[in-house]
Amino acid sequence: MIIGNKIILIFKKFLFLLIVCFFSINIPVYASPEEDLAEIREYFNNSFPNTPFKDYNNGAYAIDAGLREQWESIEDFPPYEINVENGEKLFNTPFKNGNTYSSCFKNEGIGIRQNYPYYDEDKGEIITLELAINNCRKNNGEKPLSYYKGGDMGDISAYMAYTSRGKVFDIEIPNNMDALDAYEQGKKLYFTKKGQLNFSCADCHVWQTGVTLRADITSPAIGHPTHFPAYRTNTGRMVTLHERFAQCLNQIRAKPYRAQSEEYKNLEYYMTFISNGLEANGPSTRK
Amino acid sequence: MSTIKIRARENNGSVTVKALIKHPMETGLRKNKKTGDVIPPHYIQEILATANGKEVITVYWGPAVSKNPYLTFSYKGAKGDKVELLWVDNKGNKDSKTATVK
Amino acid sequence: MNRRNFLKKTLLTTAVIGTSAGILLTPKNLYAAWPKAAFDKKDLSGALETIYGGTSRVESTKVELKAPKIAENGAIVPINVKANLKNVESIMIFVEENPQPLSSGYKLTSLSEPKIGTRLKMGKTTKVMAAVKSDGKIYTASQEVQVTIGGCGG
Repeated sequence: MIIGNKIILIFKKFLFLLIVCFFSINIPVYASPEEDLAEIREYFNNSFPNTPFKDYNNGAYAIDAGLREQWESIEDFPPYEINVENGEKLFNTPFKNGNTYSSCFKNEGIGIRQNYPYYDEDKGEIITLELAINNCRKNNGEKPLSYYKGGDMGDISAYMAYTSRGKVFDIEIPNNMDALDAYEQGKKLYFTKKGQLNFSCADCHVWQTGVTLRADITSPAIGHPTHFPAYRTNTGRMVTLHERFAQCLNQIRAKPYRAQSEEYKNLEYYMTFISNGLEANGPSTRK
Repeated sequence: MSTIKIRARENNGSVTVKALIKHPMETGLRKNKKTGDVIPPHYIQEILATANGKEVITVYWGPAVSKNPYLTFSYKGAKGDKVELLWVDNKGNKDSKTATVK
Repeated sequence: MNRRNFLKKTLLTTAVIGTSAGILLTPKNLYAAWPKAAFDKKDLSGALETIYGGTSRVESTKVELKAPKIAENGAIVPINVKANLKNVESIMIFVEENPQPLSSGYKLTSLSEPKIGTRLKMGKTTKVMAAVKSDGKIYTASQEVQVTIGGCGG
C-alpha cells in the first residue's frame, strides 16, 4: 500500500511537471517589456551612478570625460550638418508624381523620429523610419534607396532625425502576440553570442560597458538608436542603424543580416524600447 | 548648394568665425580597396577669409586636414560684417560663400 | 631662390594681393602662394627650417595648444591654438610623425586675433607642435597625442 501510494504520488508529481512543461512551451512566461526596461535602467544606474539618465543618448561620451571633450568640440560644428542640409533638400523635392515625402508621414514628417520603429497592426510588421522612407518612395512610384554607404537614405534620415531633436522616445509594445514576439526575438538576438569571437551585443554593451575593447570604450545598451543615423568619423559619412548592426556583426566575425530584415527590425524594436524616456538626438557624430 | 557652411558671431568686438566645408581631403596615400589603385590626392590647399573685403586670414592646408574640414578663427569686427570664405583645392576647384556676422 | 625666400615671397604675394583690392583675390593667385616646399618636407626639422630658416624657436606658455591626450579617432583630432602674444604674423601646426609634418599654416593680418582651430588626421601617436611667429620671433608649444587602434569604432 505504501509503495502504491508513493507511485501515485510520483505519478502526480510527474503529471504536474508535464502540465507545467505543456504550458511553458505554449504560453511562454516572459518578463514583460516594462520589467526589462526597469531592470536595465537599474543596472546602468548602479553601474554608472554619476551618469544622469538623460545623458545615455550620448553613448560612450556619457561615461568618459576625455572622449566627451573631443566629441563636443566636433559636435560644435559637426560634419553631418552638410548631410542634414542635403537631406532637407531631398525631403522637399517632389517625386515625379508631384508628391513629396511629407505626404507619407504624420505631421508631414517633421519631428516624428521618436515614433519609430512601431508595430503596424494592419501589416503585421515592424516599421522602421528608413523602411517607411522607402515605402513612401514605392507608393509614389520611385525606386527604393540603398540602406548602405550613407547616400540619400542617410541624408533624409538625418534630416528627419534633426527635426525631431528633443522629442522623447516612447515606443509602445501593443498587447499583441506578434508585436511581443518581435520584441522578444529582438531581445533574444541582443543576448545571443555570435560569430568567431563569440560575442553577443550584450557582452559589450551591457556586461562590459565602460571597459576598453582594445582602445574603444564600449557604450551602454540604452540610448543607441536615439542618436542615429550617425556620421561615423572613421568613414566620414552617414551610417544608418542597420548598416551599423552589420558593421558590429562583421567585427565579431559573424555573418550580418540584410538591412530591414526581420532580425534587424526586431533588434531595433528591442533596442529602441529599452531607450524609452531618452530624447532623440540624431544625427550624431560617432567614431 | 554651396560646399561651405559658415557661422559668424560677434561678442565684445571679437568675431568668431566657424566654417565647415564639404570636401574629401584625400591624402593620396589611400588605396581603393577593390582595385588596389592609389586614390589620387585631392585636398583644399588655401582658404582666404575676408571681412567687408579686407583680408583677415589666409589658410594653407595640406592633406592632413580631416575630411569635410573645419576651420575656426577670430578677428576684430562687428555685427553685420560680411565675411567671405574662398577655397581652392589642388585640382583647381574652388568655391566661396559670404555670411553676415550675427 | 632658396626655399626660405620662396616661402617669404609667396606669403608676401598673397599679402600684397590681399591688401591691394578684393577683386584680385582670385583662386589662381591663391594657388600660387601655397608653400609647397614646406608641405613637401618629410621630417619636422626640415619643415621648420624651410619655413623659419635659422630663426631660433622658444617653447612658451604664451602659446596655448589644445589637443586631446588620447585621440578618439586619428581621422579627426580637434586642435586649437591661441597665442597670448602681440603682432602675430602666422601660426603653423606640425604633426611630427605624419608623412608630411606640416599640417597647416595660418597667415594672420592686423585684423585677426591669434586664435585658430581645425581638425587633423594623425597616423600614429606623436607630438603635435604649434609655432607662432610674433614680432619676428618663433614661440612654440608641443603636446603628445596618443593615437590608438580601435576595437569596434574602427
